[in-house]
Amino acid sequence: MNQYFNNICTTLYSIAEGMAVTASYLFRRPCTIQYPNKLEKPMEDQLSERYRGILQVDTRVCIGCRICEKTCPVDCIAISLEKDKETKERFLTRFDIDISKCMFCGLCSENCKTSAIYHTKFFNAVTQNVENLVVRFVDKPIALYKPPKGSDLKNTLKDLSGAIVNQKMKGRAL
Amino acid sequence: MKENANLLFLFLFKTPIKESEFSLAWYVLFVFLVAGVLLFFAANFAGITSFIERRIAARIQSRVGPNVVGPQGILQWVADGIKLLLKEDLVPDRADKFLFRAAPYFVFSGLFAAFVALPFGYGIVAADLNIGVYYIFAITSLVVVGIIMGGWSSNSKWALFGALRSAAQIISYEIPTALSLIPVIMLTGSLSTQDIIKAQGGMPWDWYLFHSPFTFVCFVIFFISALAEGNRIPFDLPEAESELVSGYNTEYSGFRFLIFPMAEWANLWVISAMVTLAYLGGWQVPFVAIETLSQSFLLIFLSAGVFVIKTSIVVFIIIQLRWTLPRVRVDQMTLVCWTYLVPFCLAAIIGTMIWMLIFPWETLAALLLRLIMSGIGLGFCFLYVQRVRFNYFNDKMAFENLKGKSLWYPFWRLP
Repeated sequence: MNQYFNNICTTLYSIAEGMAVTASYLFRRPCTIQYPNKLEKPMEDQLSERYRGILQVDTRVCIGCRICEKTCPVDCIAISLEKDKETKERFLTRFDIDISKCMFCGLCSENCKTSAIYHTKFFNAVTQNVENLVVRFVDKPIALYKPPKGSDLKNTLKDLSGAIVNQKMKGRAL
Repeated sequence: MKENANLLFLFLFKTPIKESEFSLAWYVLFVFLVAGVLLFFAANFAGITSFIERRIAARIQSRVGPNVVGPQGILQWVADGIKLLLKEDLVPDRADKFLFRAAPYFVFSGLFAAFVALPFGYGIVAADLNIGVYYIFAITSLVVVGIIMGGWSSNSKWALFGALRSAAQIISYEIPTALSLIPVIMLTGSLSTQDIIKAQGGMPWDWYLFHSPFTFVCFVIFFISALAEGNRIPFDLPEAESELVSGYNTEYSGFRFLIFPMAEWANLWVISAMVTLAYLGGWQVPFVAIETLSQSFLLIFLSAGVFVIKTSIVVFIIIQLRWTLPRVRVDQMTLVCWTYLVPFCLAAIIGTMIWMLIFPWETLAALLLRLIMSGIGLGFCFLYVQRVRFNYFNDKMAFENLKGKSLWYPFWRLP
């Protein structure tokens, strides 16, 4: 009998407690980010500093070591190097990244000596054709970068917002 | 309503209806007019409430809710309705085609016929039946026929489970729903919805809710069992989405499917209006006697406004309850009905009888007791608000340290 009335009290009390919790949520800020219509800040500012978006290559500082190509678990990077027989100068003739294959693990950018390959904060890469997701960074042969002796390799400029990738993707995407 | 028909005829054609030979045609026309108005109200209420419920649910879950279609998403329910109208009307291959097609009509007519006896304000009622409450109970029982028809004829195990659960639930919860209104009927001495409201008063201590502890218990029982009859969470077993796919309406599509949720949301108004008229004083305006209320049109509109506000508060509580509580099990559902609600209800009926004998309504002792009761009710409301404040401030510091933004974002501020 005692149990019977206890049950009633517990039920009514716990329902009231639950109602008080849910009612307090009516006065709290919703945690939704209303992408892409109503953003308080631009998306780049809201993503964290080490966000792994679409890869970008700064071909000006690439030394052609091919570490990124070797370390990539899914083989989404393709690099070709050519050597000028007369001047003994090496050129970068191809640097393709297949973003549709890339799994954004970040191994290539971790291992890059000069930070030539790095993740941008750009992630919106929807196209009508998968072919468009192969980003080609080299149009004509580029001379490889020769780092000055004793310099800090990691201290190079970065275009963090991914403007180059953005431009390249937009040129191809529908 | 006949007087209103006569008045409108006089207003439109400048002749008394007694002298006109079109009186019968006018009455028939007026019946259709009133039915159209009620249907318009019920359908729009169902739609708008579906949108508001989604917004409230979103805020309770720290989301924003639908806000794309129209300003702040207020046309979302129109878009949903149009989408469902454009869908193909599928009938399963091995279904009982006739029953399958007929079931939505029963659900629809069962719920919308209840609006006939529901009051909206002083004298604003489609038909002031002298058996109003009884009529509402009787006609809403038609819904279960439609649900069982739909569930059985779909030839689907999920639909059949839902229908059988609904049969067990709605039929067993009819008993506490009807019993818990008996104290109100005893106090009034009438079954008419208008008479029940007229016997109460505008202030909380004139409501039946605070008449005695017994009517308070009856109010709680009526609220719970009305929820169960309306298939609302925590008693939405007939259409438990996580167990049965969608319950009795699994196989329906298009407009036939639309009928079921629409009737469910319209039922929300029926439940809330019943609670309001029986226990919360209905359309009684505070500080205004019924004699003065009937004199001016402004006060009649005010009474309608009071009724709508009270009903909306009850609707809000039902919606909030839905997003607070989990679903009960089938055995718990029947257990609550037969071992808790019905015995308490019977005890409360006898208690109210004794209370009516000892403290008749007009005596000073009865008024004092009603005042004390409403004071206790107010105290509970105050405790609840304090509890809400406590929950809010409990998490305020942690949130503001984490996000660096103010936590205060009340529901009237639209995102």
